[in-house]
Amino acid sequence: MNFHSFNPVAAVLLIPICSAALLAVLPGYRITARLNVVASLLTFLSALSLFVIERPQPTPYVLVDDLNIVFIVLNTFVGFTTSIFSASYIAHELDTGRLTPTYLRFYHAMYQTMMFGMNLAFVSNNIGLMWVAVEIATLTTVLMVGIYRTHAALEAAWKYFILGSVGIAFALFGTILVYMAARPVVGEGQDAMIWTLLVEHAAHFDPALLNVAFVFLFLGYGTKVGLAPLHAWLPDAHAEGPTPISVVLSGLLLNVALYALLRFKILLTVSPDAIAPGPLMVTMGLVSLVFAAFMLYRRRDIKRLFAYSSIEHMGIIVFAFGMGGPLANFAGLLHMMMHSLTKSAIFFAVGHIAQVKGSQRINRIRGLTVTHPALGWGLVVGVVAIAGLPPLGIFMSEFLVVSSTFARQPLLAIVLVFGLLLAFGALMLRLTSVAFGNPRGGTAPVEASYVPMFAHLSLVLIAGIYLPAPVVVWFQHVAILLG
Amino acid sequence: MHGLSFDIAHTLAGGLVLVSFMMLYQDRLYSLLNVFALHALVLALSVAWQAFIQDAPHLYVTAAIALVFKAIVIPVALHRIVKQLGIHRDIETAVGIGPTMLAGMGLVALSMVLMLRVTAEADALAREDLAFALSVVLLGLLVMVTRRNAVSQVVGFMSLENGLVLAATGAKGMPLVVEISVAFSILIAFIVVGIFLFRIRERFDSVDVSALDDYRGERR
Repeated sequence: MNFHSFNPVAAVLLIPICSAALLAVLPGYRITARLNVVASLLTFLSALSLFVIERPQPTPYVLVDDLNIVFIVLNTFVGFTTSIFSASYIAHELDTGRLTPTYLRFYHAMYQTMMFGMNLAFVSNNIGLMWVAVEIATLTTVLMVGIYRTHAALEAAWKYFILGSVGIAFALFGTILVYMAARPVVGEGQDAMIWTLLVEHAAHFDPALLNVAFVFLFLGYGTKVGLAPLHAWLPDAHAEGPTPISVVLSGLLLNVALYALLRFKILLTVSPDAIAPGPLMVTMGLVSLVFAAFMLYRRRDIKRLFAYSSIEHMGIIVFAFGMGGPLANFAGLLHMMMHSLTKSAIFFAVGHIAQVKGSQRINRIRGLTVTHPALGWGLVVGVVAIAGLPPLGIFMSEFLVVSSTFARQPLLAIVLVFGLLLAFGALMLRLTSVAFGNPRGGTAPVEASYVPMFAHLSLVLIAGIYLPAPVVVWFQHVAILLG
Repeated sequence: MHGLSFDIAHTLAGGLVLVSFMMLYQDRLYSLLNVFALHALVLALSVAWQAFIQDAPHLYVTAAIALVFKAIVIPVALHRIVKQLGIHRDIETAVGIGPTMLAGMGLVALSMVLMLRVTAEADALAREDLAFALSVVLLGLLVMVTRRNAVSQVVGFMSLENGLVLAATGAKGMPLVVEISVAFSILIAFIVVGIFLFRIRERFDSVDVSALDDYRGERR
């Protein structure tokens, strides 16, 4: 690493961890909330500078390439907007007495620690280090989900902790197996854990060992992605934690696990004799999609509704990456970005709605567009986007997924479209009852910051209408890299 | 490969699987904790032996962590928690002992068949170690699934992590990063769990997880 000039990777890691330490000792919520925003902004700017500054060479621990730079920038951007949202949201929680100042200090320190964990997972070149980073991110979110210490929050945190730990244990076992497969080829010691070296030599690895390793990694990190049979922690954790945490869980943490999975998928793609990871991912993706689409109909809690919607969309993304090929991979990447932006915008809206209405129950929320026009219409746009209607970005990525599937596997496309339509129906049903009709519930004005929500929605809209050419070229390049 | 050193490594790893089985049929919380301490002790011996035959001094650190932290500190601390909370009565199991033991045997057979087949080209020591380690992991999972009590779920999880440490030490030359991280995660896990146990006690006057089941997601 060169210390004589600005090192963006070091900044992306050091800013969060240093500010976490600072936030842990600073008193007063106004200053901590602001510091949280400033730190997140600085992290985002450092991540952006990766585009202009020459990238650091891969070291045994750090790697920046075309694939993860997309994830890092998205991660720090949503982290930044969420910190703005969090500042206005948390002040209200303090007023209503759901949180005490001590817990708030803890909350902000944990927020930055979590950002550190996620950024570390993205930049790490060492599969062991990546595992540790995912573990850090998980444990911090467990603590944040349980922060209200109500009956429900504790149950959610406990469930999340147990399931997440078992998943992460499987992922470690898979990592050890990858090391075992690499050792005879790459050589003993640290070299056999460095991802760039692994990819170089993956063609000579023992395919049987690599297969088993991938199954464990898929189950392990798949638990964190929230794929259908392993999803049980997700709705509870989303519904019971503070809303800024629901935002980062849906918009970011699921991506971290997905990113880890993609890295290992590349290993398998390089190795000619290993099983194709595709069918496994396609199956789990479709199961998640259809299952979540059915579950959407029975939700009575608004945060839980959108948690299931996250499962649905992660299913679509995993399906797209499982199909593979330049077009499907492109669609998967685009869908991942669009989902992160849209879902976080929706959770921004939902957080304020739950505060003004004093309830998360869907039947206690009516006529939002009448009582809170900005909030209500923001939610309408968000839900229309997430349901996949044109001209918003998700329509485009879903269209690409569906059309590439129709071209190659028409039968799978039928299942896919069925799931999409099912989910669309459920979301529209809920949206009409929440957003329109006679107002019900509280009518107190919102002291919300609308900037993050509308910033996200306009990005999604712009992406849907016109995707800039450099972005397209970039994504195409990454799509080919993914195989 | 020296015959004797292989046999000893094999015996110790096999011993770990055996102790995992002992965990399956414990019906008292105290005895479960004692068996867990034994589990960690066997693990420490096994890791130390691996350090010796692989000539990898850093593994002694892992062995020491296992011995001090997992075989002594955690069991003692959990003993105290159990005593303070007054929950040393019988453990409620979700599944009977008989079916659990049968399932355990099935899991061990499964991991043997799977790991021995896919690691045919690895050296014998690592093969056996991985097969045993996967057995320990799966048995730990079984303990977690068949118990309703939060403390015994934690014990199951920690025995699962012991299996991972065994696997990591069996993989010759694996960097220290991972061993430390495993130990570290257990430490954090323990803190998290410790906090939760007290919180759960505050709220429900019980650490029986079935009390949590009364609250289902959406029935509010």
